[in-house]
Amino acid sequence: MTSPLGKDLLALEPLTPEQIGLILDTAEPFKEISERAIKKVPTLRGSTIVNLFFEPSTRTRVSFEFAEKRLSADTVNVAASGSSVSKGETLVDTARNLEAMRIDMVVMRHGASGAAQFLAQRIESNVINAGDGTHEHPTQGLLDLLTLRDHFGDLRGLRVCIVGDVLHSRVARSNIWGLQKMGADVAVCGPRSLLPNAIAEFGITVFDRVEAAMEWAQALNVLRLQLERMTAGYIPSLREYNRVFGVTRERLERADHDILILHPGPMNRGVEIDSDVADGPHSVILNQVTNGVAIRMAVLYLLAGGRPELAETAKSTPGGER
Amino acid sequence: MPSASQPSTTTLLDTRAMDRTLRRMADEIVELHDGTEDLVLVGIQRRGVQLASRIARLIAEREGEAPRLGALDITLYRDDLQTIGPRPVVGPTDIPGDIDGARVVIVDDVLYTGRTVRAALDELADFGRPARIGLAVLIDRGGRELPIHADVVGKRVELRRDQRVDVLVAELDGADSVVVVPKTAPPSDAGRAAGGGRSKKSPARRSAAGEASA
Repeated sequence: MTSPLGKDLLALEPLTPEQIGLILDTAEPFKEISERAIKKVPTLRGSTIVNLFFEPSTRTRVSFEFAEKRLSADTVNVAASGSSVSKGETLVDTARNLEAMRIDMVVMRHGASGAAQFLAQRIESNVINAGDGTHEHPTQGLLDLLTLRDHFGDLRGLRVCIVGDVLHSRVARSNIWGLQKMGADVAVCGPRSLLPNAIAEFGITVFDRVEAAMEWAQALNVLRLQLERMTAGYIPSLREYNRVFGVTRERLERADHDILILHPGPMNRGVEIDSDVADGPHSVILNQVTNGVAIRMAVLYLLAGGRPELAETAKSTPGGER
Repeated sequence: MPSASQPSTTTLLDTRAMDRTLRRMADEIVELHDGTEDLVLVGIQRRGVQLASRIARLIAEREGEAPRLGALDITLYRDDLQTIGPRPVVGPTDIPGDIDGARVVIVDDVLYTGRTVRAALDELADFGRPARIGLAVLIDRGGRELPIHADVVGKRVELRRDQRVDVLVAELDGADSVVVVPKTAPPSDAGRAAGGGRSKKSPARRSAAGEASA
């Protein structure tokens, strides 16, 4: 393996704490690039990256695209609708055709859990999982970790509660893996119908009441409640959900300490989170978005290139002397 | 790569010689620029950064006015990123304010092929258009692969390809010195072994559980 992360970034579950720490550390200098007047470095010049999105996404796709462009890569966006995918082409055929045009990386969002791994095993290009079904969304987990580390300085011993639809959430899964690996204490809170059955067996505290979660937690990661969960019968109504589990200003003020508020977006204001909270002083929701670009730049940088057979000359050039 | 391992370490500069050399470099930089007006020293990560701040302090002692200080990590501008194996760790870049019209002096520890300086020039151009860019290096060891020369040189020495210069600075390595070692020798300090460009500045960065490359 030439890259310290291996060929692909598919999930946080298989990564070591050292690898996650390396990605977070690498993201730090990339933050500064987005603050420059010329927001571009030549690092990935000549690399071609395909953003293959089988599910609609604005934030994640735009974030990846900015990260790619700020590293000078050439990018192509392929959406499922209006492409050959809608004509019945299989995932592997689509990817192999793209690969025949000599691409270097694929960033993929797909509705099926495991789709990214399935693809990664079948093509030579690096694959970055931008969300697969209810499995994982690793770059979202990483940007949440970075945002928490920015604020608290250290993730070890940090008490973080994930609130909402944990059962269907790839964001929750990546957060749980990432937080636990970095030594944080993780809890979940939500209706029992939206929590995985045996979740407590993984060393995760379960809160039935959001007030209790707030007493405990230093940070809440509030998940988006997918509106179709109501029609599917997981919750009685959105209003009821808001009344019992909504993160409101009244509830935040009743807690005896400050609580940092994260949300992966897009928000349903007035359902899982109130506007007062989303726009309030404890919210780092927009910091998450800013950090997302830096994290994705770091992942692209760490995965890209690296042809070791040509490395002899470079390897013989140590730190001080170039 | 075969190593005709002579474990010979030659000292080029000891602590006192390095101090004298830096003082002379500081004087030459001021002389070359007729003072400190619009002067910006930009150190290249890593040891160029410490040398630049050392020189800035010496200039301030003599002139009563310190030049602006910046730091540049050129990793993302390297021309060999497509070929090197493990990704080098990227350190922070910090260019203070506007450098349009400024007189910038790039400071690095060792000048060898000139490729680092080429990358630094490219990166500086993305921050603005200085009136002049100069180059000051503690050691010029010859062996250039690009048409680049230094304006201010601490010590010139011709070395063979199988030799390497290690510059040690008190801030990172405990003591100042410059040594010549065989190219295949282990790094003269522990920190150099791992990432190269790793910085330990903010507490946030240290907090990640476990060093990636300790």
